[in-house]
This record gives sequence, structure tokens and C-alpha cells, in this order.
Amino acid sequence: MALPVDIEALDKAFSGIGVDEKSLISILTNSNEEHKISLRKGSSKLFIEDENGFERWDQSSIKILKHQFNRFRDAVVLSLLHPWERDARLIEKAIRKGPKHYNVIVEVACTRSSDQLLGARKAYHSLFHHSIEEHLTHIKGRERKLLVALVSAYRYEGTGVNEDVAKSEAQILYEAINNGDKNKLLDHEDAIMILATRSKQHLQALYRHYSQSYGKTLAQDLEGEGILKDTVECLCTPQTYFTRVLEAAVKEDADEESKRALTRVIVTQKEQLVQEGFVPNKIQDILLGLYKDFLLASIASGDIK
Amino acid sequence: MATIDVPEQVSVLADAEALRKACKGWGTDEKAIISVLGHRNAVQRKQIRLAYEDLYQEDLIKRLESELSGDFEKAVYRWILDPADRDAVLANVAIKKLSPDHHVIVEISCTRSPEELLAVRRAYQARYKHSLEEDVAAHTKGDTRKLLVALVSAFRYDGEEINTRVANSEAKILHEAVKDKEFNHEEIIRILSTRSKMQLMATFNRYRDDHGTTITKNLEGDSGDEFLKTLRPTIRCLNDPKKYFEKVLRNSIRRVGTDEDALTRVIVTRAEKDLKDVKELYYKRNSVPLDQAVAKDTTGDYKALLLTLLGKED
Repeated sequence: MALPVDIEALDKAFSGIGVDEKSLISILTNSNEEHKISLRKGSSKLFIEDENGFERWDQSSIKILKHQFNRFRDAVVLSLLHPWERDARLIEKAIRKGPKHYNVIVEVACTRSSDQLLGARKAYHSLFHHSIEEHLTHIKGRERKLLVALVSAYRYEGTGVNEDVAKSEAQILYEAINNGDKNKLLDHEDAIMILATRSKQHLQALYRHYSQSYGKTLAQDLEGEGILKDTVECLCTPQTYFTRVLEAAVKEDADEESKRALTRVIVTQKEQLVQEGFVPNKIQDILLGLYKDFLLASIASGDIK
Repeated sequence: MATIDVPEQVSVLADAEALRKACKGWGTDEKAIISVLGHRNAVQRKQIRLAYEDLYQEDLIKRLESELSGDFEKAVYRWILDPADRDAVLANVAIKKLSPDHHVIVEISCTRSPEELLAVRRAYQARYKHSLEEDVAAHTKGDTRKLLVALVSAFRYDGEEINTRVANSEAKILHEAVKDKEFNHEEIIRILSTRSKMQLMATFNRYRDDHGTTITKNLEGDSGDEFLKTLRPTIRCLNDPKKYFEKVLRNSIRRVGTDEDALTRVIVTRAEKDLKDVKELYYKRNSVPLDQAVAKDTTGDYKALLLTLLGKED
């Protein structure tokens, strides 16, 4: 008979993000066939009793397990790849997978430095024999214009902002959001030009003017506007964006895509994570196994250059 | 092929000294300046500038700017700059005009290679503390702005692959647009600013095969709205840059009063690239050698520099 504690441990080994490999080794190698029968019978998550009284593996669990076991692999691969190839592959995958993933394109285009983004574009040529802009052609939705503009940017990175221009462009955005048709924001040429061509310093100044002039932040005013809000956050307040993504990943009912963001954000942003300190505490509890070791070590080493 | 005539052996130190000598004292020896700079390629010109700075603690360009004047000075200034820096200057001049010279922006973004265009964008930032695309965006509007910003931001795939299905469908789209003159600007901008040059060639060829005439012929004329006026050079530059340059030269010389800006720009920017081929096209089209036409229409040191860059023997 398997001890209740073993049954609980088995379930627990798969109940976070990642897999508790050590626990599995100790439970399974110490179980004889009789133990395993009661393990299977006792595990509500992994096995179901079919019409013949046979404890069979639950199909949907297999899929989940696959994802869980792959997390460590994905973290390793993402970590090893040259950042340019890594970002090119992230973008290509996001384009292929559809609208729910476009925030990844925004994330890469807006949180990397100008030269890093350029590098990703070059890598994309090598890997996929097309430019990112060409592949974005496949997107039929209204997000295409914004996405093409964002990946094409080569923003100035020096200091020196014209505050008057920043203020007047804050007004243009305000009017676009509040006076115009909010549904048409993605078609608003001036708004897209401002977000896609101005330097980050300029946009951050614009962000400040917006709050001062209108009593709310630009991000707040774009609540519910999907990638437009992501764009503004990534350009002006990236730590807010990353915190949001990480917290969504460790939520109780997080879906697979949200969880995958954990790997992506922690591996690609580890330097920033250490400085800004926006890793949710919950991460310590919810991560499991080698995957947990890898991510926590990534964060800890984040300030080693 | 290039037209400039560069000697086998070059000593940049001797060159720097010669230029110093040419600028010292009362007058300026323009002939000496032409005979040195007019026979050096971009790498050599850069080394000469460095050598001059080393020897005399002075910026050669600033010295030349103060010694020379008029069209000659403009030409020397443009010639001596690094190609990417030069394009950045040309772009900025074009943008800042009261009525911006869209065709210059089109020319730079469509006839340079993808890597060259990136270098221009970097050089532009270094010089003007703004990105090229933001300055273009700030000085243009409407669909013309969309087209120009898209063109300067493009980083086209540089490979040889062609998708015939895409060439077919996009040739159709372009034809609809041109025929009805109801330009679906979004689609035109998308095609012209994102496709690789090889893919666009295939599309233009398909267009010609399907409709018996080239797309540029279908766009002929000088009139039309601003978008059309920007669209024409765009398609010309992408379709056949040498032919485009021949036309610019022909127009710049033909005008009552030469368009020195255009003449200088084309000769200076193509002398190390394909000016030889453009010269041949010019002769075929006009039955007069380009050297001759330029000699007839220009004077003095400006003329001497242009002819040197065209490969004329001293």
C-alpha cells in the first residue's frame, strides 16, 4: 500500500511550474508494483478509473506533463541562443501562433535596445529568408500596421528631449484616445508615428506630460487596448509590463501561454530583474525542480556581467 | 562600375600635405584639390582626413568649407564625406527644405543596399540626434508620410529567393492600383516597403508580362497628387535604379539653368558605384556623351571636379 504521503507527493511533484524530479525519483524507485497500484488509484490528477475498473492515464494530463517537463529544456535553449537568434525565433513563433501572442512581438521590439532589435532583424533574415516586415504581411488584422512600424524602428538613444514637442504629442495621443473612436486607435496614423519613431526618452517625457496634463497615466487611458497598452508600457514603463506578465504567470488559474512567459521574461530580462526587483515572491513557492533552480539562479546571477 | 580613376599607389600623408599647401596663403589651389580628392576612393579620403588632422590639428572638411564656395564647395563637401554620412546630410537637407524633396529620400532609401541604408540611419542619428524616420515623420503628412517612413525604415531581406505566387498576386494588386488610379495606398506601401528587391523585380517583370507594358510607363507623367509624385520615383528606383539616375541627370541638365543639386548628388553618390553604366545609358538615350553635356552646362572648378569624377583624364 502506498502511503497517503506518497500519493500527495506524487501529485505535488506536478502541481507547480516545472517538475520536482527528486521527489519523483524517490517515490517511484521505491515503489513496488503493489504500491504503484494504490498510487495510481489515489492520484486524482493523473489517473482515472475507466469502465473496466482499470486505472488509466488521463489524456489531458499527458499534455500538461509534456509542458512541465519541457520547461527546463526551453529555459536552457533560450538561455544558450545568441540573443539575436533568440529574439528572431520568439518573433517568428508569435507571428505564427496568432493574435494572443502579438504582445511578444511588441515586447521584443520595444524593450530591446536599437542595436539589439537590428540584430534580431538580421538574424531573422538568416533564419527565415524573409524580413520580419514581410512575414507580418500574413497578419490580416488591424494590429499589422503598428507591429510593422514597431519592428522597423531604429530609435535614437541619446539624451535631449524637446519638452514642447513631447507635450504637444501627449495632447495628440490624448485626443486620439478620448475624442476619437477608440476602436480606430490602431488606425490613427499620428499616434502610430509617435509611438514607432520617437526615442524612448522622448516617449517617457511624453508619458510624464500626459499624467501631469490629464490626471491619469497614458497606460491607464489605454486600459483594455491590448497591444497598444503593451506598447506604451514596454516603451515607457517596462518594469510595469514585466511585473504584470510575471504575476499573470504565477496566478492560480494561469494558462500554459502565461506560464511560458516566465521562462521568456526571466531568461531575457535577468539583469533588469535584479535591479528593479520585480520578481513576485510567489515564484519561490510555485516553481519546481531543475526548472526552479535554473530560473532562481538566473535571477541571482543577473548582476554578474 | 565606378568611374573614378584611382592611382595604384597612394600616400595619404603626401595627399594631406598637398591639400594643406593648396589651402595655405592667399588664394586656394582648386586644381590641386581636385587632382588629389577627385582621384581617391572613400577609404582613402577618410585616411587623408585623419592624416590631415594628425599633422595639422585641424579638420580638413572645415578648412575646405572656409576656403571654397558655391557649387564647387557643395560638391567637394559631399564628395569628401563617408558615403553613409553623405547620405545622411543629403537626407537632412531634403527633409528640411520648405517643400521637402521627397524624391531624394526615396532615392536614398531605395537605391542603397539594406546594410547601406542601416549605415545611413546610424550616421543620421550621430549627426542630427534624431532618428531619420522621426524627422521624416515630422516633416511630411498623409499617405506620403506613411510611404516615406516605411521606405526609410525598411531592412529588406537580401537574398535571391523569389515566390512566383506572390509576384503574381502583387503584380495584380499594383496593376489595379495603377489602372484605376484609385491607389490602395496601404497595399502599395506594404508591397514596396517590405519585399526584397529580387521579389520586387519578379513582381515588376510579371506586371510587364501580363500587361505588355512596364509599370513605370503606366505611371508616366508629371502631374498627380503628392502621393503619386512620391510613388513614381519609388517604383523607378526599385525597378531600374540606373535608368532612374540617367533620367535625373538628363532632367538636371536639360532644365533652363542646371539643377546643380541633382547633378552633384547623382555624380557624387554614384561615381564609386555604377556611374559608368549610367553614362552608357545616357549616351544611348541622348546621343551625346554625359561628359560633354556636363561640360557644356557647367563652368569653372565645379565643372572640373564633376568631369574628374566622371573619369575624364586630366
